[in-house]
Amino acid sequence: MAQMAYRDALNQALREEMARDPRVFLMGEEVGLYEGAYKVSKGLLQEFGPKRVIDTPIAEAGFTGVGIGAAMVGLRPVIEMMTFNFAILALDQIVNHAAKISYMSGGQYRVPIVIRGPGGAAFQLAAQHSQSMESYFCHVPGLKVVMPATPADAKGLLKSAIRDDGPVIFIESEVLYGFRGEVDEEEHLIPLGVAEVKRPGEDVTIVAWSKTLHLALEAAEALEQEGVSCEVVDPRTLRPLDKETILNSVRKTNRVVVLEEGARFSGVGAELASLISEEVFDLLDAPVYRVPGIDVPMPYARNLERAKIPTKERVIEAVHHVLYRQ
Amino acid sequence: MKRNLKGSRRVAEKDKDRVSSRAAKGAGMDARVMRHLLRQMLLIRRFEEKAAEMYALGKIGGFLHLYIGQEAVAAGAMSAIREDDYAISHYREHGHCLAKGTDPQRIMAELFGRHGGLSKGKGGSMHLFDRAHNFLGGHAIVGGHIPIATGVGFAIKYEGKDQVVLCFFGDGAVNQGVLHESFNLAMLWKLPVIYICENNWYAMGTPLEKASAVQDLYKKAAAYEMPGEPVDGMDVLAVRECVGRAVARARGESLPTFIEARTYRYRGHSMRDPSAAIYRTREEVEEQKKRDPIVRFQQCLMEQGALDEDEWRKMDKEVTDVVDEAVAYADASPEPPLGVLYEDV
Amino acid sequence: MAYRVVMPKVSDATEEGRLVKWLKQEGDRVESGEPIAEIESDKGVLEMEAFSGGVLRKVIGREGEIYPVGAVLGVIAEPDENLESLLALGAGAGAPPATPAPGPAERAQASAEKAVRPAAEPAPTPAEKVKASPLARNLAAEAGIDLSQVRGSGPGGRVVKEDVEAFLQARAAAPAPTPAAARPPLRAVSRPSPEVEFEERDLSLMRKAIARRLIQSKAPVPHFYLTTEVDMEGCARLREAIGALGDLPKVTYTDLIIKACAVALTRHPEVNAAFMGDKLRLYSRVRIGLAVAVEDGLITPVIRDADRKGLRQIAEEAHELAARARDRRLRPEEYTGATFSVSNLGMFDVEEFSAVINPPEACILAVGAVADKPVAEGGQVVVRKRMRLTLSCDHRAVDGATGARFLQEVKRILEQPALLAL
Repeated sequence: MAQMAYRDALNQALREEMARDPRVFLMGEEVGLYEGAYKVSKGLLQEFGPKRVIDTPIAEAGFTGVGIGAAMVGLRPVIEMMTFNFAILALDQIVNHAAKISYMSGGQYRVPIVIRGPGGAAFQLAAQHSQSMESYFCHVPGLKVVMPATPADAKGLLKSAIRDDGPVIFIESEVLYGFRGEVDEEEHLIPLGVAEVKRPGEDVTIVAWSKTLHLALEAAEALEQEGVSCEVVDPRTLRPLDKETILNSVRKTNRVVVLEEGARFSGVGAELASLISEEVFDLLDAPVYRVPGIDVPMPYARNLERAKIPTKERVIEAVHHVLYRQ
Repeated sequence: MKRNLKGSRRVAEKDKDRVSSRAAKGAGMDARVMRHLLRQMLLIRRFEEKAAEMYALGKIGGFLHLYIGQEAVAAGAMSAIREDDYAISHYREHGHCLAKGTDPQRIMAELFGRHGGLSKGKGGSMHLFDRAHNFLGGHAIVGGHIPIATGVGFAIKYEGKDQVVLCFFGDGAVNQGVLHESFNLAMLWKLPVIYICENNWYAMGTPLEKASAVQDLYKKAAAYEMPGEPVDGMDVLAVRECVGRAVARARGESLPTFIEARTYRYRGHSMRDPSAAIYRTREEVEEQKKRDPIVRFQQCLMEQGALDEDEWRKMDKEVTDVVDEAVAYADASPEPPLGVLYEDV
Repeated sequence: MAYRVVMPKVSDATEEGRLVKWLKQEGDRVESGEPIAEIESDKGVLEMEAFSGGVLRKVIGREGEIYPVGAVLGVIAEPDENLESLLALGAGAGAPPATPAPGPAERAQASAEKAVRPAAEPAPTPAEKVKASPLARNLAAEAGIDLSQVRGSGPGGRVVKEDVEAFLQARAAAPAPTPAAARPPLRAVSRPSPEVEFEERDLSLMRKAIARRLIQSKAPVPHFYLTTEVDMEGCARLREAIGALGDLPKVTYTDLIIKACAVALTRHPEVNAAFMGDKLRLYSRVRIGLAVAVEDGLITPVIRDADRKGLRQIAEEAHELAARARDRRLRPEEYTGATFSVSNLGMFDVEEFSAVINPPEACILAVGAVADKPVAEGGQVVVRKRMRLTLSCDHRAVDGATGARFLQEVKRILEQPALLAL
C-alpha cells in the first residue's frame, strides 16, 4: 500500500493496463505532449510512445467515433475527455453508437471503450465547465457509468473498466485529483457494479458518490457528535447499480438521504428514491430525502456556486429531516 | 409544387462529360467477373423489390429505405475489396450487406424481425450487421458512422494490417460536422479509409442544391488535401475501377480517399414516401431510369458476347429463387424469444 | 336543450383526435355552426362547429390531449339548465383518458362539479386518514396496534417508528386493558433453567431503545463525574414538618432534590443545556427528568417547569407520573423533552453511583441513599443523615468548575431547605 493522489492512482491504472495489453491506447486532447490537462497521463507518452498515447485535434465527436470504431474491431481505447462537459459534443457517438452497437448487432460486435475525464462541479468555472452529467449517461441502456471517490477506487475501477467488454463512462472528479489515500500498488481490481459501505451506521443511510461522498462522510462525523449514526454508502458504479448494498443499508436504518451534485430534476437521486420506495417501502420511516444540486445552471459567483451544490450543512439538515428533528 | 431541379437535371449531362464512365469500355475484362457484378446488382434489385412487397404485406415494419437505382455503387465498390476488408454503411444498406457477401436469408429474416435474422431481430432494416463478413453495420444517424469508419482505419493501421474500410453515406451526410472531423483525422493520421458518398441528389426530400454550398461534393476533400474524385455511380465498372484506385492508395500508401458516386434512387426516401413526387418530377425519375445500371450493363455484356439471353434469364431466375428462399426462411424463422430482449445490452 | 360537445370522427383512419384549442371559453355564448374548438386528426387541424346554440357551460376536454371519438369535451346548454343527468351520461359515453393533476382551471372546474354532483362517497373514517410512515404501519400491524391510538410526532402528525415504540413502551407495563396484543410475554421473573448454560431472550422494544439510546450517549458523549456528600438533616426535618401538617401529600427526598436541582438550574443555566454539534443550546425552561425503574427497563417521565412549581405540586406530579410509568401508560410527551435528569437508587441502599447521560441533556444527577453516618463536627464525631450525589456531565457542554458550582448550589439548598421556600 502507498499513499497517493487520485490523479496518480489513475495514472498507475493506465500505465499498468497499457503495459499488460498492447491493444489498450489513450487518445484525447492534450494527453500526450501536455501530459493531460489534469496531468493524469503524466509520463505515458514517454513510456508508450505516440502510437499509443495519441494527441487529437479538438474534435470530440470525431475522436470518440474513432475510439468506437477501433473498439469494434478489437482494440481497447481509452478516450479522454478534457472535461466531461465536452462529451456532450460526442453524445451521438456515445449514445447512438457505442451504447447500442452490441444490441443492434445482436451481440456480434462489442464496443470495449472507456470514455474518461473529469466531471462535476469545480471551483468558479461557471455554467459550461462545471456540471454533473452522470444522469445523462445513466439513462442510456448499454452504458456503464463509474464515478470513483477515492484513489483506491479510482485505480481499481479504471482497470476493470478497461477490461470490460462494453462502453464505460468513467467520470473522475475534477476537484479530487489531488486527494490522497491508500492505494494498493499491486494488481488492484474493483469489479464494476459493486457498491461499498464507506462508513457503517445505524440511524440513517446516506448514499453519495464521487466528490459528494466526502461531504457525506464529513456530515456523518458531525452527526455522530450529536448521537446520530449515519451509514454512508458509495455506489461507485451508478450503472449497473448495486441495488442490494443500498437496499440492505436501508433495511437496517429505515431512513435515507441521497446526495447528488447534479440538478434535482430527473437526477440519479430520483432513480434511487424510486428504487428504494419500490423495494423497501414498508421499511421506510420517512420519505427518501434528496440533497441535489439546485435546478439552475452553475453560476460563477462564489456564494451562488456554494448555494447551488450540496453542502455539509444541507446534508446534516437532511439527516435531521428524515429523523424528524428540527 | 414541382420545382425545376437544375442540379439533378445536370447529373446526366455532367456525368457524361466529366465523370469517368466505363460502361462502354468493359471489353477485355474477365466475363465471369462481369457476370458476377451483374448478378450482384440483380440480386440487390430483386431483393429490394421483394422487400417492398413484404412491407406492403405488413411482414416488415418500421422504416424501409430502398436502394433501387443505386445498385452499381454497392456492387462495384465491394468487388474492388478483399473479403477481409471492412465495410460500414448507413440505413439504406441492404445492397451493401448483400454485396459484402451476407446470406440474403439472414437479411430478410432480420427485416422480418425474426430470430433467424443477423441480429436476432433486434436491428431491423436500418441496422444490418454481419461480423462474419466484416460488415460493420447499418447506422441510422446521418453521418454518425463516418468517425467509426475512421476508427476502423485507425485500428488497421495500429495493428499494422493491410486491410481497408469502405464507408458508405449519402449526400445528406456531407454537411454533417463529423464528416469533416473524420476527414481531418483520416488525412492527419493517414488512415486506410475510403469514404464513398452515394450522391443521389436528395437528402430525404431536400435537393442537394438546397443543402450544399458546393455542388461538386468530391471537392470537399480538397480542404484536407485528401484525394477526392467523382464517379458515375450508375456505372458498375466505373465504380469498381475508381474504388480500386482508392483501395490501392489505401493499402499502398495508407491514404484515405473521398469518392463521390453520382447515382439516383428511383423510389421514395422510404416506403412512407411512396410517390417521391413532391420534391422531384416524374419526368426527372424517368429520365434517370434511362441510365439504369443493370439494364445498361446487361446490354453491354450482351453486346460484348459475355452474356446471352438464356444466361440472363437463368440468372434472373436464380436470383429470384434466392430471394424467394430468403422470404421462405424469414417466414419460417420464429419470432425472437422474449429472453432475447435482455441479451447483448 | 343541452348538447354534449364530443370528439368528432373526422377521418376513417383514426378513432381519436387531439383537442388543439378551445375557441370559446366556459360561459361564452355560441351560435349553432360557430367554430368552438380546433381538432387535430391525421387529416390535419380543423375547426369543430357547435351542433347547437347556447352557452358553453362546461369545458371538460383539455387542450393538447388526445381523446377517443365520441369523448365528451364539453356541454352547451342554456344558462339555467340542469346539467347533472347529462354529465352522468357523458361519463359513460366516453370519458377522456386518465387525467393528470389538475391545474388551476381544472380545480375551479372540479369545485363547480362538486356543486353540481350529488354527494358521492361518504367521507373517509378517521382511521383511514391516519398518517403513518410505512415502517410505523408495519410495526403497528405486527404488534396489533390500532394506529389511530398512536400520537404521531412527525410532520402533520405522521406516526413514525419512535411513536409506535413509545406507545408499546407505555402500553407494555399497563395491565392489559385491552385484549392481549400479539407481543411476547415478559419473563422478567423467570430464571434460566439450571440445565442450560444460558437462555437467550428476544429484546423487547424498550430494551432495544434503551440499548440504542445509551450507546448513543456513552460512546460519543465524553462523561465526567463529580461527587459530593450532603447533610440531609434539614431535609429530614422539613419532611417531618410537612408530614405533621396532615392532609398533604408525602414529600420524598427525591421531590426535594428535584426542586433543589430546578432552583439551582435557574442560577446555573449553563448546566441546563445541550451540546448540538456545532451549537450549544441553553434551555430557558427547566424540565427535570426523573428516572423510574419499570419492569424490564426504565423510563424518565418529565416534570416540566419544576423551578416554578411548589413542592406540593412536584410531589403530586412525580408520584402520579411514576405510577403511570410503572403501568406503562405515559404519553410520549410525558417522557420526552427533559433538560436535566435525576436518578435515585437510594431505595436500593446504593450509596453512590454514576449515571449515564440521557442525550442531548448535558447532565444527570445520581442520588444515593440517605443514611446515618458519623461525621466530624466542631471537633466531635456526631451522627448525621448524609447522602451522596454524583453529577455526570457532558464535557462538551459543561466544564468541571461549572458542574462543581452547580453541585455546590444543590448541596447548599438541600442543607438549608428554607431556601426552597424563597
